Amino acid sequence: MTVTTRAGDAGTPTSTPPRQTDHGRKGSSASDVGANVFSHAVLIGWSVMVLVPFAWALLASLKTSREIFGSPWSLPEVFRWSNYSRAWDKGVGEYLLNSIVVVTGGVLLTMLFGSMVAYVLARYEFRGNRIIYYLFAAGMMFPVFLAIVPLFFVVQNFGMLSTYQGLILVYTAYSLPFTVFFMHSFFRTLPTSIAEAAFIDGCSHTGVFFRVMLPMAKPGLLSIGIFNVLGQFNQFVLPAFLSPEKPVLAQGIATLLASQRYEGDWGALFAALTIAMVPVVVVYLIFYRQVQAGLTSGTLK
Amino acid sequence: MRHGQYRFIVGFLVMPLALYGVFVVSPFVQAFYYSLTNWTGVSPEFDFVGLQNFENLTNDSLFLRALRNNAVLLAVMPLAVILLALFFAFLLNVGGRGAGSGVRGVRGSGFYKLAFFLPQVLSVPVIAVIWAVIFDPTPTGLVNSVVRRIGLGSSGWLADPDLALYCVLWVLVWGSVGFYLVLFNAAMSSIPRDIFEAALLDGAGRVTTFFRVTIPLLWDTIQTSWVYLAILALDVYALIAVMTAGPGGPNNSTQVISLQIAQNGFQFGRAGYASAIGVVLFFVTLIIAAIMLRATRRERIEY
Repeated sequence: MTVTTRAGDAGTPTSTPPRQTDHGRKGSSASDVGANVFSHAVLIGWSVMVLVPFAWALLASLKTSREIFGSPWSLPEVFRWSNYSRAWDKGVGEYLLNSIVVVTGGVLLTMLFGSMVAYVLARYEFRGNRIIYYLFAAGMMFPVFLAIVPLFFVVQNFGMLSTYQGLILVYTAYSLPFTVFFMHSFFRTLPTSIAEAAFIDGCSHTGVFFRVMLPMAKPGLLSIGIFNVLGQFNQFVLPAFLSPEKPVLAQGIATLLASQRYEGDWGALFAALTIAMVPVVVVYLIFYRQVQAGLTSGTLK
Repeated sequence: MRHGQYRFIVGFLVMPLALYGVFVVSPFVQAFYYSLTNWTGVSPEFDFVGLQNFENLTNDSLFLRALRNNAVLLAVMPLAVILLALFFAFLLNVGGRGAGSGVRGVRGSGFYKLAFFLPQVLSVPVIAVIWAVIFDPTPTGLVNSVVRRIGLGSSGWLADPDLALYCVLWVLVWGSVGFYLVLFNAAMSSIPRDIFEAALLDGAGRVTTFFRVTIPLLWDTIQTSWVYLAILALDVYALIAVMTAGPGGPNNSTQVISLQIAQNGFQFGRAGYASAIGVVLFFVTLIIAAIMLRATRRERIEY
């Protein structure tokens, strides 16, 4: 045990001055410092690599096209806030509205359907339970591209191409597998005693679900809800094929890039990009623990 | 005992299952069916052609080109992401002046995780647009200005057929490392501390502990990550569709399977043929996942 404590003591207090007088550990603590400096250097280096492109895009949203390409590293001479109003006029306002409508509808429906299925599968024994579970689990593994051509014609047959309801239903269907999987394991961890008590008090199955189980599942609903908000807001492949005439924001950004190749209004493009980026970054900064936990839990299990 | 239980179960399942069946299960099943037809996607009539589509695929130079590009991504991307993420996780956990070889990060590890993970939460078109402009081929472009500063000549990047695929590869790696860093880090912190303490008692240093204790205990996670990254390498679409000229250019140097499905299905009026490519993609994914899980199988360590 002493060895452990000593090893711990050698480096733990960052408040201790760097000159450690423990002679026996001198060599090791010098290499500790070396390793520490090296680690920070590399990690800061990669942070710069990740953050600079975003910072640069933010800055470019206030520059003229000439400044963006001619002197990419310098600050703009004047902050061109007008880039934002031009971006808005190029359709960003409309794309944003489409995204908000579809994501709101899609996430609400996903959460409702996803937790209903997960709850029934987690808490009730019946024939076919496992089959339905695996049917949803399989949906997480299949490449979407296998289905994209037939899916287009399915949606077309319903007359729902480029409509809100079409995108909401498709988003929900494709978000169900992970939501069911996640909420299934969450409902399993909740205690049964409260539900039993509610049944004895004469509560119906539906009442127990909505009034007892859902409120208890709030932390899980929050994680998977944020996951779905980000995932559906960022969705590009599905709307690109299913909603050509009612583009959502991610799609609109791609269209704007294509049209700037001849229009040449790059400042407005980056303003549009910033409008698309900022809400996501804000959600991420507020909820980053849930986001990281939610996104990685799908791979861990 | 509890009356109405079955009615309740059915009531809760019927709508979600119908939705899932119509929009997810049925398109997947239909893809297999259409892959055996010459359906154009426009006219309601089509004939059964057996395996003709698959036979044609073997002579389709564009498809083979796409397959080769996906193979390059598949060979390099997962390995690069996992090595980088493990390296960073190693630095986060071992580089700290914290307690021995336990999972105690360097100072500011929270910040690093926050920053590295950022590309993962943004939509692919946003990332694709930023990098498309950063890789501006003119001499004053962002990357070129850096490259010239360190004394190298400027290049065309995405406009250069020899480099375009590697630019795409770089953006994929750049965007994915943070996710796997956080994943590995989470897996590391679920390893009980006493294992590290035992290793330390036996005289193992931090580096030895990382390679001899941490990595073997993470093997399951690494394996799963590999499969997920392989699927990402085979499925890549949005990045290429937005970032490259054409898309898939220049000279088809960034042509990939998903792009071939989209082009055949929606531009060339060959929905049956596109479905056949989808079926090939499905089996390639399945086979690669199986091979990888098999080849990297080790004895599972329970703790």
